[in-house]
Amino acid sequence: MLKGKVIEALQSVKDPEIDSVSIIELGMLEELEITTNKIVIKLLPTFMGCPALDIIKSNVIKAVSSIEEAGEVDVQFIFHPPWTSDRVSEAGREKLKEFGIAPPPRHIEETGEWQADCPYCGSTYTTMENLFGPTACRSILYCKSCKNPFEAMKPVSTLM
Amino acid sequence: MRYALEDALKNGAYRDAATELLFQLADDDFILAYRGSEWLGLAPHIEEDVAFSSISQDTMGHAAMFYQLLHGLGAGDPDHLAHARPAAERKNAVLLELVNGPGTYLTEPHYDWAFAVVRNYFYAQAKKVRIEALKNSSYQPLAEAAVKVNMELYYHLLHWKTWFTQLLSAGGEAKTRMAAAMEKVFEELDGLFSYGAQGEEFTKHKLIDSEDALKARWLQLMSPVFESLDLKMPEKFAMKSGNGRNGEHTEDLQTALDTLGEVYLFDPAASW
Ligand SMILES: [Zn+2]
Repeated sequence: MLKGKVIEALQSVKDPEIDSVSIIELGMLEELEITTNKIVIKLLPTFMGCPALDIIKSNVIKAVSSIEEAGEVDVQFIFHPPWTSDRVSEAGREKLKEFGIAPPPRHIEETGEWQADCPYCGSTYTTMENLFGPTACRSILYCKSCKNPFEAMKPVSTLM
Repeated sequence: MRYALEDALKNGAYRDAATELLFQLADDDFILAYRGSEWLGLAPHIEEDVAFSSISQDTMGHAAMFYQLLHGLGAGDPDHLAHARPAAERKNAVLLELVNGPGTYLTEPHYDWAFAVVRNYFYAQAKKVRIEALKNSSYQPLAEAAVKVNMELYYHLLHWKTWFTQLLSAGGEAKTRMAAAMEKVFEELDGLFSYGAQGEEFTKHKLIDSEDALKARWLQLMSPVFESLDLKMPEKFAMKSGNGRNGEHTEDLQTALDTLGEVYLFDPAASW
């Protein structure tokens, strides 16, 4: 089936900033339209100003175009529904941890504060160092148990 | 009723009103993101440099999305809308175009961090109020965009509120400079809440709540913060340097556009 091959190809496209996690695992794929001569792929950007979007787009086109039966490939970024951090799959959460990034926390306090467990030792004894990390979607925290700084993916929800 | 893009294109008056509102939203974010990008390498410390540039990047992303919506309504190429429109056609509030301080990015910048904090905090709160209202906009694509912007804005607001509270709790020089910065921002703050000459069309078509409603909501959200810091909210704000929504601007905008335009006109096809 062509659809299966397209999904497989998309699975091979990784987030340029976290190269073990695919755009499927991040929950970015919203819609896939396959017709006889065209494949339309609609993706949800994680953050609007994300500079990696252009790279992701060209990598998707490259990966899907390499399928023999694929006709024209059209990649669109849409923002409805909005991407939220609960779209990251279980596999995605595990791979983030392996990469040293805490997956997005599922619980946010009413004050907007949140905690992430240390991806290295699993400790909950952590503090927020900088809400804005090296990229829009990550924050920098510090583990008081194993004394390592680490990054966490920011929680993003429509309830904010 | 909710208008999809096709509905808006069939109704001239509706389309014009939506276009006007989108220009205000896009131009506000565009010029403030530009002012933010000028701070790169100059923020008080390295962590702040990272945070501020991340916020500016998000904000530029919001502007790009609003220009994209304008493109959909037939206003023209998004890159052109962002980079090549003259000052008199710009609809941003004057407050957001003012320079960061004396000097330029290249020659002896003596930027005012207190002004950056106050301007960005007051704007983030105003934008939050506006975006909340836009979630119920009659223009469906705008209501959808608002949901996305809102989630990122949440973090911006948190960031600037922290700076604002900390600097004002510090006392000494910080407090004096923050007071001066607030005075400067209040002088132009009404321009941020204004919808300009065509504002009645916005409410008539249920694109957004009234100016007064948004301003009242802003005051309501700011009051507890002001009270906790022992600050007094002025009875009235002003719009000293003109109403940007009507195309009235300062020399500061022209200078910024000249700098931006040089890069763009040099290679209009380059990706930004
Ligand atoms: Zn640890």
